[in-house]
Amino acid sequence: MGENLTLVQAVRDGLRDEMAEDDDVLVMGEDVGKNGGVFRATEGLYDEFGEERVIDTPLAESGIIGSAIGMAAYGLKPVPEIQFSGFMYPGFDQIVSHMARLRTRSRGRFTCPMVLRAPFGGGIRAPEHHSESKEAFYVHEAGLKVAIPSTPHDAKGMLIAAIRDPDPVIFLEPKKIYRAFREEVPDGPYEVELGEAAVRREGSDVSVFTWGAMTRPTLEAAENMADDVDVEVVDLRTLSPLDEETVVASFEKTGRAAIVHEAPKTAGVGAELTATLQEEALLHQEAPIKRVTGFDVPFPLAALEDYHLPEPERIESGIRETVEF
Amino acid sequence: MVRVLNEDGEVVDGAEVPDLDGDELVEMYRTMKLARRFDERAVSLQRQGRIGTYPPLSGQEGAQVGSAMALGDDDWMVPSYREHAASLVQGLPLKQTLRLWMGDENGARVPEDVNLFTVAVPIASQIPHATGLAWASKLKDEQDKAFLCYFGDGATSEGDFHEGLNFAGVFDTPNVFFCNNNQWAISVPRERQTASKTLAQKAEAYGFEGVQVDGMDPLAVYAVTKAAVEKAKEPAEGELRPTMIEAVQYRFGAHTTADDPSVYREEEEVEEWKAKDPIPRLEKYLQRTDRLDDETITDIEADVEDRVADAIAAAEETPRPDPVEMFQNVYAEMPGRLEKQLEWFQSIRAEHGDEALLED
Ligand SMILES: Cc1ncc(C[n+]2csc(CCOP(=O)(O)OP(=O)(O)O)c2C)c(N)n1
Repeated sequence: MGENLTLVQAVRDGLRDEMAEDDDVLVMGEDVGKNGGVFRATEGLYDEFGEERVIDTPLAESGIIGSAIGMAAYGLKPVPEIQFSGFMYPGFDQIVSHMARLRTRSRGRFTCPMVLRAPFGGGIRAPEHHSESKEAFYVHEAGLKVAIPSTPHDAKGMLIAAIRDPDPVIFLEPKKIYRAFREEVPDGPYEVELGEAAVRREGSDVSVFTWGAMTRPTLEAAENMADDVDVEVVDLRTLSPLDEETVVASFEKTGRAAIVHEAPKTAGVGAELTATLQEEALLHQEAPIKRVTGFDVPFPLAALEDYHLPEPERIESGIRETVEF
Repeated sequence: MVRVLNEDGEVVDGAEVPDLDGDELVEMYRTMKLARRFDERAVSLQRQGRIGTYPPLSGQEGAQVGSAMALGDDDWMVPSYREHAASLVQGLPLKQTLRLWMGDENGARVPEDVNLFTVAVPIASQIPHATGLAWASKLKDEQDKAFLCYFGDGATSEGDFHEGLNFAGVFDTPNVFFCNNNQWAISVPRERQTASKTLAQKAEAYGFEGVQVDGMDPLAVYAVTKAAVEKAKEPAEGELRPTMIEAVQYRFGAHTTADDPSVYREEEEVEEWKAKDPIPRLEKYLQRTDRLDDETITDIEADVEDRVADAIAAAEETPRPDPVEMFQNVYAEMPGRLEKQLEWFQSIRAEHGDEALLED
């Protein structure tokens, strides 16, 4: 039996169940305690587990991430929250200089099994720096895993898998779909393995690769064009490590691909996917691979954000360009 | 803690009333009333869905207006995201502030002749900028400008705060660091931010003066800021130019309109601080010293109402920005790749129309 939960409730459920399961797991960050997180992702945990496991920290991302690294190296399993992914940058040095490479640098003597959670992406009419989608930064950094769920069921299972993972995981939660829909989520801890993509819709004409909040408009575009084009939609779920097998197999089947992400186009994860397909499956390719993405501009404020974010019409146009090539 | 007026608007023993004439004092009062009314209306516009998330300032008018009025014509102001009143004093029209919180970047465009830096949302990130601005002024041998930088109590925990103040001390830059200690950083109380007794004392670690002032006493804030601005330009022998001011105060409303303070703070606490409200405090002082009568108060209230209504009307009449603006001002000259993206975007717009692209 399970419960019908939103994505943010599923995150909370995952944290709760894993904290109950493993005393070493703790949550820390800005406003995560009494306030239950500004998006309520940690609601109730402070009352249930107390202030030593659900810790309101000073306002200092480098301090939060850096001390979590120390805790993780010393045997705890911290799950720090950064309030918005646009505020990870003050802690960026700790992420890329230390969190990612503690295992490498100490030749395995010290490790960093922590999960850095942050709401990310646009579409909620937020102020500046509250809508960033910079997963590529973290994918680029060896030693990190990068996970982005697109459903409540996956959010809980992937989060628990991330907490149990021996390596540091950047867990980005698409806040546009925090409360957009509900899904049945099993009670108690369970894992959705990291590194496995999900084929959300089978199709034979073109493969569309996407993740996070873009999965839904992509599926919508696929439905809208179902009369004349049979679109396969693959939700990558984990961007690092990438499920190359599923991606390549899908492309070999269809011979055409589009990639949809809300992050800017240049040097985005779409570029990496395109290069991978060229390396692994060039001879199956029948058309240029089309990227439908955010633009190479800072994420705009509310008045223009709808124009920045790929939505079903734009996605459909992009897919058609590769199909009609 | 420096204080000029007590909670009843009486001059406290031994305090020196700053040297402002009657008109200036009434102007200070009028601006505070304007800021309060603006704030109330902005919160209500947000509730009606006419603007987006908005950070309220009620309670902080004394700190904002008192400090901003202490700046000279050539001095600069570096705000966070809550300095709507201070920015108004410095010359940013209220209409612009509204436009910004309506989600239009153009609201953050400061008029050329206004010495005001652009709003900073990442906490404490503006502090090193303020140091750099002041440092540049010093390197250019200007010697007649001070740079006033605002931030909250939470900001004092960030590395940027420490790095900015440390540079200011080392390079002896003409800075005034103004901490709006409103007791809370969203749900985290001041005690959870630092184990230091005061925030002002942090300045000591960087080698310059820190001052604690009653932030709900506009006259005290004015006096302390004025002194710091003067020292930044003309320090005494052996004295460093920068000052950190900790203005002890309270924000009556939520952190932003997206926040619900009832989860973490007691209503009693809010009521206690409301007794220190800077507006009635100055009002009583001005009445007692015969600078303000009931009739003038009524006039001011009517004037303030009109000015806020005009700002709202002007902001709402401004057309939505054209989506092409998204692509502009990213670089001095648009790179070819971006131009291609713009072209594709325009073709999609032409194909589907704006309606289809805008979510409701
Ligand atoms: C680097 C960074 N981290 C987190 C946030 C999210 N955030 C916005 S305001 C705020 C609290 C700020 O408190 P304080 O500095 O005391 O200023 P106040 O808003 O109370 O005036 C937080 C955590 C942010 N804007 N920037």
